Amino acid sequence: MPSQITDNVQRGNYATLTDKDVAFFEHLLGKNFALTEDLEGYNICFLKRIRGNSKLVLKPGTTAEVSAILKYCNERKLAVVPQGGNTGLVGGSVPICDEIVLSLARLNKVLSVDEVTGIAVVEAGCILENFDQKARDVGLTVPLDLGAKASCHIGGNVSTNAGGVRVVRYGNLHGSVLGVEAVLANGQVLDLMSNFKKDNTGYHMKHLFIGSEGTLGVVTKLSMLCPHSSKAVNVAFIGLNSFDDVLKTFVSAKRNLGEILSSCELIDERALNTALEQFKFLNSPISGYPFYMLIETSGSNGDHDEDKINQFIGSGMERGEIQDGTVTGDPGKVQEIWKIREMVPLGLIEKSFCFKYDISLPLRDFYNIVDVMRERCGPHATVVCGYGHLGDSNLHLNVSCNEFNDEIYKRVEPFVYEYTSKLKGSISAEHGIGFLKKDYLHYSKDPVAIGWMRDMKKLLDPNGILNPYKVLN
Amino acid sequence: MARVLVGVKRVIDYAVKVRVKPDKTGVVTQGVKHSMNPFDEIAVEEAVKLKEKKLATEVIAVSVGPTQSQEVIRTALAMGADRGVHVEVPAAEYELLQPIHVSKILAKLALDEKADLVILGKQAIDDDANQTAQMTAAVLDWPQGTFCNKIEKTDAGLTITREIDGGLETIKTKTPAVLSADLRLNTPRYATLPNIMKAKKKPLKKVTAKDLGVDTTPRIEVVSVEDPPVRKAGATVADVDALVAKLKEGGHI
Repeated sequence: MPSQITDNVQRGNYATLTDKDVAFFEHLLGKNFALTEDLEGYNICFLKRIRGNSKLVLKPGTTAEVSAILKYCNERKLAVVPQGGNTGLVGGSVPICDEIVLSLARLNKVLSVDEVTGIAVVEAGCILENFDQKARDVGLTVPLDLGAKASCHIGGNVSTNAGGVRVVRYGNLHGSVLGVEAVLANGQVLDLMSNFKKDNTGYHMKHLFIGSEGTLGVVTKLSMLCPHSSKAVNVAFIGLNSFDDVLKTFVSAKRNLGEILSSCELIDERALNTALEQFKFLNSPISGYPFYMLIETSGSNGDHDEDKINQFIGSGMERGEIQDGTVTGDPGKVQEIWKIREMVPLGLIEKSFCFKYDISLPLRDFYNIVDVMRERCGPHATVVCGYGHLGDSNLHLNVSCNEFNDEIYKRVEPFVYEYTSKLKGSISAEHGIGFLKKDYLHYSKDPVAIGWMRDMKKLLDPNGILNPYKVLN
Repeated sequence: MARVLVGVKRVIDYAVKVRVKPDKTGVVTQGVKHSMNPFDEIAVEEAVKLKEKKLATEVIAVSVGPTQSQEVIRTALAMGADRGVHVEVPAAEYELLQPIHVSKILAKLALDEKADLVILGKQAIDDDANQTAQMTAAVLDWPQGTFCNKIEKTDAGLTITREIDGGLETIKTKTPAVLSADLRLNTPRYATLPNIMKAKKKPLKKVTAKDLGVDTTPRIEVVSVEDPPVRKAGATVADVDALVAKLKEGGHI
């Protein structure tokens, strides 16, 4: 797989790792946690699009160790890339040149879950699914769910302000994260932990570490407000004939399912079919429609919810907006239907190279870009499709081809960003900027704002050792 | 042309974590999501397919259990069964109901409804008994084709491919017969919206075991239900020598 995107990167003015440095880290962490061999998995991004050349992976087991590592690196001017589950889609969690990889994988404990207040305290390297399981043990749930839940780390989720399929219900992480502990570039531990929903004392600095992709500090611990897990979950998977019907159905879902609506996802025909072709174990309830929606409700009374969702579907079918589909409250079936949605992004990268775009667009113009892009790419692309979080105006536009193709690359970028910018959308709704999108930040951010971002970066990380080549160019 | 009777049991959904009651008399079912036994879904799918291929004229879904059992009959109707029979057994009594009782009930219904084929899931995922199909065949004195992987109609009856240890076995049987569905027989369909609506209007008859002349007096007493032992956490060792030493210490090598 190609790494040409990183080939023309000018290495920053950082020190080069020496044997003495390695010896320092081995002494600090123990030999087992300062790795110098078999680093492939740490060097290559999830999409296999970016390959770094790090010679050292550090796996600290405490915040104090993270602090000691950064203090040393800052003094030596060694560049560092913090890494969680390495499931990011914009190359934010892999080295670009030879940065030291700082893996948070050993900071994986759920420290406390309070079933009365709903507040959980967790270390950054805890895998999202494990965190959710701990929360569920006491009847709560983590207000964040995404396809990568079995590998992604909660600290990475927070650092990238990950979105996912529950934002429509629980909002994003700026609301759910009550406090963070972050280690600054100079090794200082910044304790912004809070166990309360309300705390208006001074600047809300925790927000600096939510979505800054490890460029301002390394999140090591956080507290999160977890809602009660719902007793009744129902899922409908429906087929629709036009995007206009999709919008009408969305409005109807908000109106009729409002307080129990917990997900509203769109999958287009090509996205679904690609997943079904790649993964034979998937079983779609219906086929033959240009658009599909997955609508989930979560509530406290199964009978009420079932009535509501049946009524919603019944009236949608009567109006001719919903063509066919299925609805179920059986937990096993609910999981099977979610599996279809979760495998869609994997289907597109299973046997192809995939250009992925994650954009916010006004709902009226939401889907047009998929058709526009299909036209632009013509026969160069194997699949041009769209799916995503309709409920949050967030489209995942995907262009697949057999292998990295410069011709398509030029046809797609920067066109997609210009198009999004014209509609005042966001060029990165939930994936972040990372390495891949830093040159396009200006399409969504004003120059004055970018200027202040640079100043903040300089203030918190004067040597620029934290996650260089990312977010800002 | 045949009439097919399918058994559908309401069990705790396979995706739910089962918990033992504190008094160890059984598992917690109150407030727990139930759904159709997955092997019974396969049985229903097969029966509906037979109907679609015009090899069956009518599919009757039967469930034995408390009132809520009607939910899984509705699911079967939404998948394509024509009508349902609910054999009501009160919840308290149902806990001690065994395959012997259910097979007598199914056998009686098969005769009453003039069924040519009874298709059941090979086992239910709650008690894992794997007895009902075999016992039903015995009560009826009909041939049985268990663990079906493939069911084909022939002039003389049925050709059945069975899943057996290490391979497949092909047998021929005459009808009427009792069959049990194994995992790979088919992939059950989802009940689609129009069919879910239609299912609400399909006939569902309610009878009791007594009506059918079947004595459901418990024949067993549950002494205790226990959780499986908790798997102990593993440990990491530094190198192969340490591993060998540990294994020796534990008496494994």
